Amino acid sequence: MARFIVRRLIGLIAVLFAVSVLLFLVFTVLPAQNPAQQLAGKNSTPELVAAIEEEWGFNDSLPAQYLTMMGKVLTGELVSYRPRVNVLEQIVERIPATLSLSIGAAVLWLFFGLLLGYLSAVRAGGWLDKLLTAFAVAGISVPVFLIAPVLLYFLSYKTGIFPGGGYEPLTGDPWQWLTHLILPWFTLAFLMIGIYGRVLRSNMLDVMNEDYVRTARAKGLSERRVMTRHVLRNSLIPIVTLFGLDFGATIAGTAIITESLYSIDGIGNYAAQASANFELPPVMGVALYGAFFVVLFNALADVAYAYLDPRVRLGESAAA
Amino acid sequence: MSPDPGQTAPTAPAARGPWAQAGRRFLRNRTAVVFAALFVLIVLFVLAAPLWADHVAGTGPNANHTVDKIEVGGEERDVVNVEGLPIGPQWFAADGKFFLGADGRLGRDEMVRLMYGGRTSLLVGISAALLTTAIAVALGLLAGYFRGWVDAVIARTLDVIWSLPVFLFGLAIGISLAIGGLQLGPIEVSSGSLWIPIGIIAVFSVPYIARPIRGQVISLREMEFVEAALAQGATPLRLIWSEILPNLTSTIIVFTTLTIANSMLFEAGLSFLGAGVQPPNSSWGLMVSSGVGLLNTQPLLAIAPGLMIMLTVLSLNMVGDGLRDALDPRSGVEIEARGGTVPVEAPEGTF
Repeated sequence: MARFIVRRLIGLIAVLFAVSVLLFLVFTVLPAQNPAQQLAGKNSTPELVAAIEEEWGFNDSLPAQYLTMMGKVLTGELVSYRPRVNVLEQIVERIPATLSLSIGAAVLWLFFGLLLGYLSAVRAGGWLDKLLTAFAVAGISVPVFLIAPVLLYFLSYKTGIFPGGGYEPLTGDPWQWLTHLILPWFTLAFLMIGIYGRVLRSNMLDVMNEDYVRTARAKGLSERRVMTRHVLRNSLIPIVTLFGLDFGATIAGTAIITESLYSIDGIGNYAAQASANFELPPVMGVALYGAFFVVLFNALADVAYAYLDPRVRLGESAAA
Repeated sequence: MSPDPGQTAPTAPAARGPWAQAGRRFLRNRTAVVFAALFVLIVLFVLAAPLWADHVAGTGPNANHTVDKIEVGGEERDVVNVEGLPIGPQWFAADGKFFLGADGRLGRDEMVRLMYGGRTSLLVGISAALLTTAIAVALGLLAGYFRGWVDAVIARTLDVIWSLPVFLFGLAIGISLAIGGLQLGPIEVSSGSLWIPIGIIAVFSVPYIARPIRGQVISLREMEFVEAALAQGATPLRLIWSEILPNLTSTIIVFTTLTIANSMLFEAGLSFLGAGVQPPNSSWGLMVSSGVGLLNTQPLLAIAPGLMIMLTVLSLNMVGDGLRDALDPRSGVEIEARGGTVPVEAPEGTF
C-alpha cells in the first residue's frame, strides 16, 4: 500500500507540474496581446500596464516568468487590478457557498442514484429499470441551462415556493440556507442520478454472477443479506473512483454555471463574473487553485480505491 | 422482440452488404429513427434562418429595434417599452414579427436570433467534433500500431488530459484568448473567432475518442488478417489505411455523433460564461446567459434556447445509441443466436 501511495504521489506531482505549465502558457504565451495588457484588462491606463509588466517580470526569460507566476499563486499574492483586490482572499471567502452547493448535491445524487440503481438491479427489467434508463438519458442530454431557468421560473417566480436565487450562510439562518439551496442542489444532482444508478445497476448485475454470491446463496443466507452484504458492498467499490472524478469535475464544471444561474456567490460565480468582465487574474486564480484541488481529489479517490480493492494495488506493484 | 409465428423465414442476410444490413437495423429502431428525424428538423430550422429573417420577420439577427413600433391587430406597440422591457412573444399576431418576442433593451427579434444562434451552435459543435475525430483517430492509430515509446507518450498525455478539470481549463483558455486573440508561431486567430471555441473543445475531447480507438487498434493488430497482410509485405501505411482503418469505421461514426452532442454542451457552457462564442455572433448558450436576467418577465428568452440545446443534444445521443446498435455486428450476431429463426432486429429503443 505504501508503495502504491508513493507511486501515486510521484504521478500527482508530475500532473500538477504539467497543469501549472499549461496554464502558464495559456495566460502568457498563447495570447497575441502583451500579457501585461491581458492582466490589466480592456480599459486600462498605460501606467498600470507598465507596472504589471514590471511586477510580473514579463521582460525576463520564460522560465523566470513561470517562477514569478507560480510564486504569486502559491503565496497567495495574486491580485486583480480593477480595483486592486487579492484573489485568494476572494476565493477563500466564497468556499462555504461552493462547498454547501456541491456537497449537498453530491449527497442527493449518491443517495437517489444508488437507491434507484439498487432497486432496479434487484428487479432488472421492471418499470423502475425503465425509469432509471430514462433518467440516465436525461442526465446526459438535459443541460443545467434548461433545468435551472425552468425550475426558477415555475417554482420560484411563478409560485413563490422557493427563493429566487442567492445564498444565505449556514451560520446565519440554517432554514434560509436550506431553502435557498434546494433548487440548485436538485439542478446539479438531477444530471448525475441516472448515471450513478446505471453504473451501480450494471456493477451489481456483474457481481451477481460471481462464484462467491452462489456460495453465499448455497450457505442459505437470506436474499436480502446476499444482496446487501455480498453484492452491493462489492459493487460500490468502482463507484468510489467514479465519485472522485465526478465530484471534482462538478465543482470545476457544472457548479460554476449553476452558481451563476442561481446567483450563489461562490467561487464559480466569482470566476463567471470575472469572465463576463474580461478580468483575467480571478480566472487565473480559480483555474489554478481549482485544477490543483481537482487533481488532488482524484488522487485521493485512487488511493481509497486501492485500499478498498486489493487487486488494484497488487496489480500495480506486480507490474512495477 | 417476441417471436412472431406468422412471420416467414427471412431472406438470407448474407446477400446484403454489411452497410445495407446496418441501415436496415437502424431503420427498425423506432426510437433512433424518430430522433434522427428530430435532428434533421432542427438542422432545417437553423438553415431556414435567412428565409424567416427576410420573408417573415423582416429583420436580421443583430438589427436594433429599441425605438421601433410594430402593428399588432391594428394597434401600434413599442418593441421596447419606456421601462426598457422588451415585447413578449407575438406568435402570429404581428404576421410572424417578434414571434418569440424581443431579446431585451436592444429589441432584437428573438426568433431570428434563435435560428441564427443555432447555426453557430451546430457549426461549432460539428466542426469541433470532426476536428476531435481527426486528431483522435490519428493519435489512436499511431499509439496502437507502433506501440513502444510512441504509445507511452500518447497514452500518458491522453491520461493527463482525461484527469484534468477540462471545463475549467476551457474557461481559462477561452477567456484568455477572448481578450487577446491567439498567436502561436505562424497561426494567428483574432479574439472573436469561432476557431477559438472550436479548437478548445476539440483538443479537450480527444481522449474520449482516442482511448477507445487505441484499444481497438491494439487488438486489431493481433488479428490474423493483419498478420497475413504483413506477410505479403504490406507497408505500415498500407496496413493502417486498408486493413485497420476500415475496421474502425463504425466506432468512428458512433463516437463522432456522440461527440457532436458533447461539443455542443461544452460550447453552450463556455459561451454562457462568456468564454466561447463572442458577440455579435450569437449561440444558444450565449442566448440563455443574456435571457436569464429577464426570466421573471420573459421566461422564453432563456428557456427557448435551453430547450433547443436539450432537443439537439438528446436527438444526437439517441441517434448515436441507435447507430451503435445497428453498426456493431457482434450485437447482431448475438441477437441472431438468441432468437434462432427470428430475423435480426435492432434492440428495442432505450425508452
